[in-house]
Amino acid sequence: MATDTGRTKAREAPVDEAPVQAPPPARLPTGRTSPVPHRDFVEKVAGTLPYADDWGFPGMLHGVVVRARVPCALIASIDTSAAQEVPGVRAVLTAADIPHNAISEEASGLGIDQIVQPVLADERIRYDGEPVVAIAAETPGAALEAAGLVEVEYEDAEGAFTIDAALADGAPAVHPGGNRYITWRSAIGDVEEAMGRADHIIEETYQTPRVDHAYLEPESGVGWVDSDGVVTLRVSTQVIEHARQLADILQLPHSRVRVIAAYMGGGFGGKEDMTVEPYLAALVWKTRRPVRMVWERQDSLLARQKRHPFRMHYRTGVHNDGTIVAQDIKILGDAGAYPLLSSRVLFAGAVNSTGPYRCLNARVESTAVFTNTVPTSAFRGFGAMQVVFGYESQMDLIAQRLGLTPVQVRERNFVDRGDIRVTGEPIDTEPGTRECMHRALEELGEMSAPTNGGRVGRGFACSMQPYGRSMFFADRASCWIGLEQDGTMVIRAGVTDLGAGQAASLANIAGEILGVTVDRTSVHIGDSALTPLTGGTFATRQLYMSGNAAVKVAQLLRDKLTPVVCDLLGCEESELEWANNLVSVVGDRAHSVTMAELSRTAEARDIMPYVHDTFHAETGDFDPATGRGRTYPDYTHGCHAVDAEVDERTGEVRILKYVAVHDVGRAIDMQRVVGQIQGAVAQGIGYAMSEEMEIDEGVMSSTLFANYLIPTSLDLPDINAIGLELYLGKGPFGARGIGEPPIGPCAPALARAVQDAIGIRMCRLPMTPERVLAAIRNGRDDSVPGAGKDGA
Amino acid sequence: MSATAAHTINVTINGRRTELRVSPNLSLLELLRTEAGGPEVKLGCGEGVCGTCTVLLDGEPVNSCLMFAVQADGCGITTVRGLAADGELHDLQQAFLDHAGSQCGFCTPGMLLTAKWYLDRHPDADREELRRAIAGNLCRCTGYTKILDSIEAYRDLPQDADGD
Repeated sequence: MATDTGRTKAREAPVDEAPVQAPPPARLPTGRTSPVPHRDFVEKVAGTLPYADDWGFPGMLHGVVVRARVPCALIASIDTSAAQEVPGVRAVLTAADIPHNAISEEASGLGIDQIVQPVLADERIRYDGEPVVAIAAETPGAALEAAGLVEVEYEDAEGAFTIDAALADGAPAVHPGGNRYITWRSAIGDVEEAMGRADHIIEETYQTPRVDHAYLEPESGVGWVDSDGVVTLRVSTQVIEHARQLADILQLPHSRVRVIAAYMGGGFGGKEDMTVEPYLAALVWKTRRPVRMVWERQDSLLARQKRHPFRMHYRTGVHNDGTIVAQDIKILGDAGAYPLLSSRVLFAGAVNSTGPYRCLNARVESTAVFTNTVPTSAFRGFGAMQVVFGYESQMDLIAQRLGLTPVQVRERNFVDRGDIRVTGEPIDTEPGTRECMHRALEELGEMSAPTNGGRVGRGFACSMQPYGRSMFFADRASCWIGLEQDGTMVIRAGVTDLGAGQAASLANIAGEILGVTVDRTSVHIGDSALTPLTGGTFATRQLYMSGNAAVKVAQLLRDKLTPVVCDLLGCEESELEWANNLVSVVGDRAHSVTMAELSRTAEARDIMPYVHDTFHAETGDFDPATGRGRTYPDYTHGCHAVDAEVDERTGEVRILKYVAVHDVGRAIDMQRVVGQIQGAVAQGIGYAMSEEMEIDEGVMSSTLFANYLIPTSLDLPDINAIGLELYLGKGPFGARGIGEPPIGPCAPALARAVQDAIGIRMCRLPMTPERVLAAIRNGRDDSVPGAGKDGA
Repeated sequence: MSATAAHTINVTINGRRTELRVSPNLSLLELLRTEAGGPEVKLGCGEGVCGTCTVLLDGEPVNSCLMFAVQADGCGITTVRGLAADGELHDLQQAFLDHAGSQCGFCTPGMLLTAKWYLDRHPDADREELRRAIAGNLCRCTGYTKILDSIEAYRDLPQDADGD
């Protein structure tokens, strides 16, 4: 438990003013704050936690979505008559049955998104797997039987299935406005002048894959109309605020739709956009019956949104000593058939594409391109992770060209606090990249020996990835904290819990300030009707936002109750210690009040022992016309280092040793921080080595876990994850967000290890055995489509 | 759905013997999740790849999504709830709790059962053997490191007299 000094300091620097460097509390939470695990983890190991699909009503209906299995077509007719006649079928919905058939969100935050996505396709199909019909029936079998009897007649239409095809002259337009959906540009200095005086120009094109989140819990939920006529959904979602969009779809007042978020069996950004919600809501509203909907894994792989494949063209001018003088970066991202969050993802890609390196002459451009493929949207790392492969690959190529070590090139160029980014904004916290790099290499130790007669190589990569939403969203999160009459604590916050301990961390944080232990705390989360809204769990924002909200509200509650305590104990505020469910005079535990006494006394004096308030993130303006302004509140830095063995006969890459180091500012729970890093590394290794959704002429062929290969325990080494507490960030107690950042460095670190082993830089992910073997045979990696073209 | 006659089967689920009427096309997974009231058995992929739906059938791990309920007639089935006794977590569950072997928790029931099965037969298994043992249970959150830490911590506990 923290000392009083720590809390006093926290109060001197109110968090809502978001100081650039908050003064550190004297004693910090640096491990498990409480020896008592939060309830959700106990229930998970017991098998008793009710996920979205584990809960329901007797006699509820079962919903299914019927999807098109053509990538691009006009709908000539839909015949649902046979489906309607299946015994037990209660509703068969087409586009005409959806009151407002539009999933739309102004995702850019700057008022420049226009295109809407139908809930159910009306006139045309734009991607393989697009929903056409929704059915509810008394049994899952009846629903599936009906689904099989829906007759849709299509007229083939010409589609654009790759970014090259979509950008070609005369390409078929996915939407009337053309296939260039949005372009972001930022620039600083004079790039061409700087390129002119550079000693070397390093130019390369990189291609990253379309990948699936592959959380183990399928998209699922149950919906019903409650006794007040409120359409209520209990679903696996990262965002309860979708209740408003659902109300718009049903043309109901916002107060008549409620979303409850169950604990998720993983999300990773894939449950940030709506999944089952609009279909479930429409079926519930139509039938006025409770409905359950669970998507099959094969549907999830087929049609739920993926990570954007990026093609990145980097041109970097350097001096002989390795100093970067100019960066010219162009990114194309495949948005698939609908916008979803593509504008934001490509924004993140552009403004983070220069990495943790100083560059006073830089020009970055990113474009989201519509194609007739499955839409892409949020996925852990959100545009800022794809570019790590680009900028770190460039650093290694610079080292190779100049005869320097990869460490030397990075040392020459690391950003420091106060350096200006491509957007013209300064970096206002201390970056710990340098320390992370040295620690990672030190931890890796002696070079590994080959295990299978292959060649062993070593690689590392650094990253700087944002946490928190773009500042022009003026982000905020609310929280309610109160004491019950028996001194137990209740926290209400609209956060959703992905499994990373989002609920548990609120109990830890408020407990730090109010001295209430986790076993005496209940956290109510994720209910759009009953918990104060916090915004969803995405963008590595929840610890920063809701964590700071919990700090603020707990502190306000402590301030509110302090006069009562002082009166009861006859002492000054500065003498108080709040710990172990007591408020006592420092050094005199006998001289104390229990939380129960405090709560009852306060109430008797009409000082209600609860507070509801809102934390506001730092805000800033961004001008999309000039590409200048403020982007993200802060960044998390890190470095991963790896030894890998390449089997030159098969192209197989085996990872022998892996170290991941990040500056986490301050850990609220170091065990959970380490777990987040390890999990992100596993996902990053899958992205680097094996995962890729295969689409051929618009038709998705990776629709089974049997052919979409996420890492098993045999594909991964033990991951040595280290959270350093170097420089304070802007989260509670100086924490930095850790949910997304550790996924970035994996691919370039592995690519460098492969390069070290076989002398060839792989420019395309994933680095499958087939591609590595082809590169060994050809003496280079030729697999990037369109490589070398300036127009990437 | 075709109307085919239901079969009567006898199964012992977590030590409790039950007679159930099941349709011939019902999967063991669906039987456990619905009629037998065991939502702790999770559906991950329905194609026998992810191992999420693992249960022990007469002590051996099976993908319950790939079995018909009628095939379990006469068998004993252990789900993760069968590990805990009298509301007390099994030591293996406690080890997962202590070592953060569970994040989102969705793979945890299957993972626990596979680990329990393997260690019962190979009480001295080393880390690499354990890594192979759980290769059929996918986890997307942890990277497996803390799962292996948890299983090893349980393996290294002093053996109690009850042996289970």
